[in-house]
Amino acid sequence: MIKTNKKIPKNIILSLENVSISYGTFEAVRNVFCNFKKGNITSLIGPSGCGKSTVLRSLNRMNDLIPNCSLKGTVLFDGTNIYDKRVDPVEVRRRIGMVFQQPNPFPKSIYENIAFGARINGFTGNMNELVEISLRKAALWDECKDKLNDSGYSLSGGQQQRLCIARTIAIEPEIILMDEPCSALDPISTLKIEETMHELKKNYTIIIVTHNMQQALRVSDMTAFFNAIEYEDGDGGKVGYLAEFNSTKKIFNSPKEKTTQEYISGKFG
Amino acid sequence: MNSLYYQKRLSRNIGDKFFTSLSVICALIAILPLIFLVTYILIKGGSQITPELFTLEPNPPGDDLDAGGINPALIGTLIITTIASIIAIPVGVGGGIYLAEYSKGGAFSRFIRFGVNVLAGVPSIIAGVFIYALIISTKILFGSMYSGLAGGMALSILMLPTVIKTTDEGLKLVPNELRYASLGVGASMYTTILKVTLPSAFRSIATGVVLGIARAAGETAPLIFTALFSYYYITGLGDLFYEMGSLAVLIYNFALEPYDAQNKLAWAASFILVLSILSVNIFSRILAAFTEKTKRV
Repeated sequence: MIKTNKKIPKNIILSLENVSISYGTFEAVRNVFCNFKKGNITSLIGPSGCGKSTVLRSLNRMNDLIPNCSLKGTVLFDGTNIYDKRVDPVEVRRRIGMVFQQPNPFPKSIYENIAFGARINGFTGNMNELVEISLRKAALWDECKDKLNDSGYSLSGGQQQRLCIARTIAIEPEIILMDEPCSALDPISTLKIEETMHELKKNYTIIIVTHNMQQALRVSDMTAFFNAIEYEDGDGGKVGYLAEFNSTKKIFNSPKEKTTQEYISGKFG
Repeated sequence: MNSLYYQKRLSRNIGDKFFTSLSVICALIAILPLIFLVTYILIKGGSQITPELFTLEPNPPGDDLDAGGINPALIGTLIITTIASIIAIPVGVGGGIYLAEYSKGGAFSRFIRFGVNVLAGVPSIIAGVFIYALIISTKILFGSMYSGLAGGMALSILMLPTVIKTTDEGLKLVPNELRYASLGVGASMYTTILKVTLPSAFRSIATGVVLGIARAAGETAPLIFTALFSYYYITGLGDLFYEMGSLAVLIYNFALEPYDAQNKLAWAASFILVLSILSVNIFSRILAAFTEKTKRV
């Protein structure tokens, strides 16, 4: 095992230590320290270009798929630095699932959409049961129990996104990452997804990137506010950093930083 | 003040008319050869079609008035094209997968893309000469020289670029979100390609493969150097290592004969060849339309 000796509290499931991420020579985000608590919903908010999506994608090594993307620092999950050379990114993604901005079901049936991930992860139990449970957890079962063999594309945008959530739940991850899951959806679908998230909180840790501050306030326990500033040693471009990290209540009621206050009151962003 | 009505006499309107008609005429001239060619072959060859044509061996020229049939050539074309497909499809699809999915746009993949384009422009006779030098003059295939196997290899060289290119382009059209989705549920790169991206690109890959087959089936030049020609029925697997007839070479040989019977047989073979290539092309269209419809049920 690739364990470190550092003491990390038991309720911390994922921990960023001095993480900086660059795309080629462009530095997207710098020196992030952040601890995500188990069983919490943590939201990442901030203006465009502050690197919050980049940070989210780095948590299950999705950034590997982007050419030239490199990460410095450590991301500790289960006592292991997931950026250690010996770590298999496929295994990381099995334990840390992800829901994307655009609903992206597979061009397969609803049933297959869920069965696919479970099957490749070596699931040998009752597949029908798993599909039903996953769809129930994602609050989609009642709407599609009679058309499991229809294509995933036959669903509406909001239903597709819940299908993607169900698909992620089916592989039983420990953490679910959500990258602006509601930005392509109407308010009613958004509300349903938020209800789903509240249900999921009982069993999973959720980290969500959102542009919608009301959503962060509604769903999350903790909030991380990212901002971007020009560094003196940089090449003039803005570099993202973690400006403030606290409980959602404190961030929205009594933020310590002036920029946080300005952002949540809509002065910039 | 000019009137708002359309005026025929205006020089710009006359010019417009002129160029419109000119381009229509050019388009007609461009399509004429195809129409003439197909009708001519249909008339000349269609009248020669008899059931015996498909079952008999061709008679040696000058023997008698009856030229016989094209059975060995027909079967030979099928076999040689199949051999070409067996070689070119896996290699081509595999190469296309590498270019689209694994390569990161470095020097190596740019070199391969360039090479594929060059290969697509290589005259077919060169492919024949190449296989001749590599396989036939060296007798490397168990001592056999001209053979159906060598013919298939020569044709596979011509199929390769089409298959690689269409696979590459077909895979590039698959949205990245789909790859992320698959990798996001913990699929490996290999599972993602096999279960998600390849099926999504199936339509364009299949179309490319079918077009490649159609191109290879009609080639003559590479076969003259490799498969040569045979008058005799293909009876077993062993015949793969000997000279093998094909429709294209049969046409080439018999059209040059001074005897009327052989010329007629060449026409009949042309008819069959054109018809089968035409139907393969139409099949690829239907395949494309069909999978397009079922893609998003």
